[in-house]
Amino acid sequence: MTDPATPAASSLESRILALLCEVAPDVDPAAVRADRDFRDQFDFDSMDLFNFAVALHRRFGIDIPERDYRNLTSLSKCAAYLQRVRPTP
Amino acid sequence: MSREFLMPSLGADMEAGTLVQWRVQPGSRVRRGDVVALVETEKGIIDIESFEDGVVERLSVQPGTRVPVGTALAFFEGEASAVPPAGGAQPVQVAPEPAPALAKAPGVPTMPPREPPPARALRVSPAARARASALGVDVATVQGTGPHGVITLQDVERTAASVSAPARPAAPAAPAQPAVARVGMRNAIAASMSRSKREIPHYYLQLAMDFDPAARWLETFNESRPVPERVLTAVLLIKAAALAAAEKPGFNGYFGASGFTPSASVHMGVAIALRGGGLVAPAILDADRKPLPVLMHELQDLVGRVRAGHMRSSEISSATLTVTSLGDEGTDVIYPVIYPPQVAIVGFGAVLERPWVVEGRIEVRPVLNLTLAADHRVTDGRQGAQFLARIRDWLTRPAEL
Repeated sequence: MTDPATPAASSLESRILALLCEVAPDVDPAAVRADRDFRDQFDFDSMDLFNFAVALHRRFGIDIPERDYRNLTSLSKCAAYLQRVRPTP
Repeated sequence: MSREFLMPSLGADMEAGTLVQWRVQPGSRVRRGDVVALVETEKGIIDIESFEDGVVERLSVQPGTRVPVGTALAFFEGEASAVPPAGGAQPVQVAPEPAPALAKAPGVPTMPPREPPPARALRVSPAARARASALGVDVATVQGTGPHGVITLQDVERTAASVSAPARPAAPAAPAQPAVARVGMRNAIAASMSRSKREIPHYYLQLAMDFDPAARWLETFNESRPVPERVLTAVLLIKAAALAAAEKPGFNGYFGASGFTPSASVHMGVAIALRGGGLVAPAILDADRKPLPVLMHELQDLVGRVRAGHMRSSEISSATLTVTSLGDEGTDVIYPVIYPPQVAIVGFGAVLERPWVVEGRIEVRPVLNLTLAADHRVTDGRQGAQFLARIRDWLTRPAEL
């Protein structure tokens, strides 16, 4: 799943990172910085964001309105958003 | 007498390709559109489709062999027939320049057929290929874990870490340097774009439009749909350009040795950027006739396969017109360069809030700049302006797209 260098913790962020690498297999997970915008780090475009939203929707069973997509643009923002909107952790 | 199955030209810039894997063997029955072989080009690994039904008589090129465009890769049973152009979708000569290296590939066509190759296809994302090259990893030794077994960046690194590589540089985790795979693609882009600027007398037009109606319409459209069924703005742009192209044939077709041939179908090339550089523009076939959700699905599929290094020959070679968009973080305006042998390319800037005059007052509106680069051998500015205006009209009535 995630890079061996990443702590194997089942933290929300590492689950999100695994999803991110599923939708964008050409992204290097070891290089992803939690606080930096995906777009600045690896040319994340609108199709990537769409695929990422679909993956989050499926994995976490949440509806994500389009206006909330701006909360999905970095690892830490995304984790904070999921914690806010998920029914129960 | 047998029919030859040739190394196709997958774009005006392609001179040769490497046969990666056969997907058929002698005796295989093939239908038009079936994948016959995988061929590696500067654009990645392409699934080569058959143009016709038939039975494979023998294979004449072994996997791993690089051969010029036009080389016989295999022979089909039956009478010789006219060889259709690449792409297969249009009776149009896609590569008007005969490839100079085409005539004789010494020794290649006489190579004896061999037993079927190993079943495993090597699908490698361009980023993974670049990293493998930087790390000295043979991709054939890597187990792919991505979608459809695609070899991902992680797979390459896992392999690099597990293999004791004595000569490996000390800091393998650093981002790949100017990658070998990308150099090939850069050369392909350079060849195509140089030819375009050398041969095509471009003219450029630009039209700003109020994108508010389209943006609002799309917002409402998407609000009622679950996440996986929503549509991106890019899809509206593709559809609007395709509908306009169907109405203005001077922008949709090919320029060859005998001049311009309009296309009855609109196969919309979509410029897709690769992470870290590089660009390909495969086509969505019959884009003017597909509903938005279908186009969205096809675009999603196409972008995924482009980035995983897995396109089909019909997509690579059949575009009749191309659109390019830098996305919502791009610049206001893009001045694109035509992909030969096409005769036009439509550019979409980023949709950005700008002052806009509405009934004599200045308001803030989302503004989209449309641009057109077109071939002056085929059309003039007046027709170009009409073409751009038609695209704007369609985007102003998004419900009809």
